[in-house]
Amino acid sequence: MFGFGVLKGMSVTLWNFILSYIYPKKGITTVQYPEKKKEVEERFRNFPFLVYDGTPDNMRCVACDICAKECPPKCIYIIPEKDAQGRIQKKPATFDIDYAICMNCGICEEVCPFDAIFMDHEYELSEYDRLSDLMYPKEKLLKPVEHFMKIRPTDCGAIEAQRAAKGIKGRAAQVQSAPAATVKPAETQQNPPANA
Amino acid sequence: MEASDTIFVAFKKAILGFLQGFLPDWTVVIVSILISITAIAIFGPVTMMYLTWLERKVVGRIQNRYGPNRVGIFGLLQPIADGVKMLTKEDIVPQAADKVTHFLAPVIVVIPALLVFSVLPFGKGMAAVNLNVGLLFFLAISTMSTIAIFMGSWGSRNKFSLLGGMRAVAQMVSYEIPMVMSVVPVILVTGSLSTVSIVEAQLGGKWFVFTPWGFFAAIVFFLCGVAEVNRTPFDLPEGESEIIAGFHTEYSGMKFALFYMAEFMSAFAISGLTATLFFGGWDGPFLPSWVWFLIKAYAMIFIMIWFRGTLPRLRVDQLMGFAWKLLLPFALLNIFVAALWQLLPAPKNLIVAGAAEAVVLVVIFVAARKDSPQKRTYIFAD
Repeated sequence: MFGFGVLKGMSVTLWNFILSYIYPKKGITTVQYPEKKKEVEERFRNFPFLVYDGTPDNMRCVACDICAKECPPKCIYIIPEKDAQGRIQKKPATFDIDYAICMNCGICEEVCPFDAIFMDHEYELSEYDRLSDLMYPKEKLLKPVEHFMKIRPTDCGAIEAQRAAKGIKGRAAQVQSAPAATVKPAETQQNPPANA
Repeated sequence: MEASDTIFVAFKKAILGFLQGFLPDWTVVIVSILISITAIAIFGPVTMMYLTWLERKVVGRIQNRYGPNRVGIFGLLQPIADGVKMLTKEDIVPQAADKVTHFLAPVIVVIPALLVFSVLPFGKGMAAVNLNVGLLFFLAISTMSTIAIFMGSWGSRNKFSLLGGMRAVAQMVSYEIPMVMSVVPVILVTGSLSTVSIVEAQLGGKWFVFTPWGFFAAIVFFLCGVAEVNRTPFDLPEGESEIIAGFHTEYSGMKFALFYMAEFMSAFAISGLTATLFFGGWDGPFLPSWVWFLIKAYAMIFIMIWFRGTLPRLRVDQLMGFAWKLLLPFALLNIFVAALWQLLPAPKNLIVAGAAEAVVLVVIFVAARKDSPQKRTYIFAD
């Protein structure tokens, strides 16, 4: 009937108003951000980090430059380490990611054949200077594999199981059996197609 | 009880009595006027500040969130933070604007909003002036804000401002008529235009809202009042989704705040007048009279905010149709019902006026059915 829709709407809003006082759990959906934080989903991804086994020296990255080539906005910059004779070593001397440029696509994670780079859950990255402070060098990017296990247990469990099945045991073993590691087929990558 | 009831009046009397000892009589009169002016000039803006807070809180709760709660406990210092922000903002005047009109509009818009407080009876003996044409004064002065709004919209030299101003004038002129018509029964029954005597006629719980004509007159008056002060759902003059901000598009900083202040003070004044005319003003048991007045006025304000949290904005034709096709005939017929009520002796008039009111309702409903929104039929969607 004419005019009754108004009353119906008014009753809905009044009920919301009352509910917010008598039962705030349901009546109020706000999360008081700096004090309380919402749990992020396991599949949440935002900026890449580098994985190491045990100590930061044992990083998985071999400076193959695939991620830097695949990166759409070209935010990854890698210089491989060289020994005294100038031969290229399987380890990066410089590994910089410019978080100001990174667009969180996760392609680096998908293309990495050495399971060395993954997307992190960290999102409070505000800085005062976007040029210098958001340029993340190797030291800031390196995080232990336990951290990966903590934030994304499903992905990490699957990947580590694969690595164990293939007999890959961290850096020392990987360097010896490098040819075996590079022929890792594409479908064994960590991300199912749903995320791609 | 008696002491707390007249605390403000007694305070003023004490000051005047003290001054009478050594000042000539004519200065005491001026001081008396100044005290009343100061009280209103403080009460108005402070009320406005906390109405903004209240509105944000209530609308927040309606929308399942907290509203301001960061500045001070419960966000109580939020209005002060807002004020500081408003005062420090840059004051921009458009190059092509009519500078004088653009400057004067926000100044003038506050004046009627403050003036109308002078005839509101805030409590027993607490009307600043007991004008014998108080109600007429209120209605006449509150309409003045239309001129200021139109000045602002014209002076801004902005097409959105001008559209908003035109809408404001059309709307306020339209809603003024049912508003005055809905007040006529009150004047008819009390036989006075003074707001103080209107409250005195309702003392002892004989509020006009409990009579058949008063109930509907209160609704009509309140709806027209909401439209008069440009609040949702009648906020077409500042419809932000259509014309940016309407008449105050080109205003920033404190000038904008003055428009805002005028809107909220008028909203409070309209709420106070609704309480005065139909809800017995300061009449009520146990509590001091001014507390009763504030309770009633804030209840009306809550309804306004509740409207804002619920209803979408009307279309211009719906707005005009509502005023001219529904409220105006209803208010006119309501005068007739009130006359019946006044004419007949006490027990009989309730039945007769109630029956007449029911007939009026049915007539209005049937007549308005043609214009009421129909259920929409979709031709092409399955």
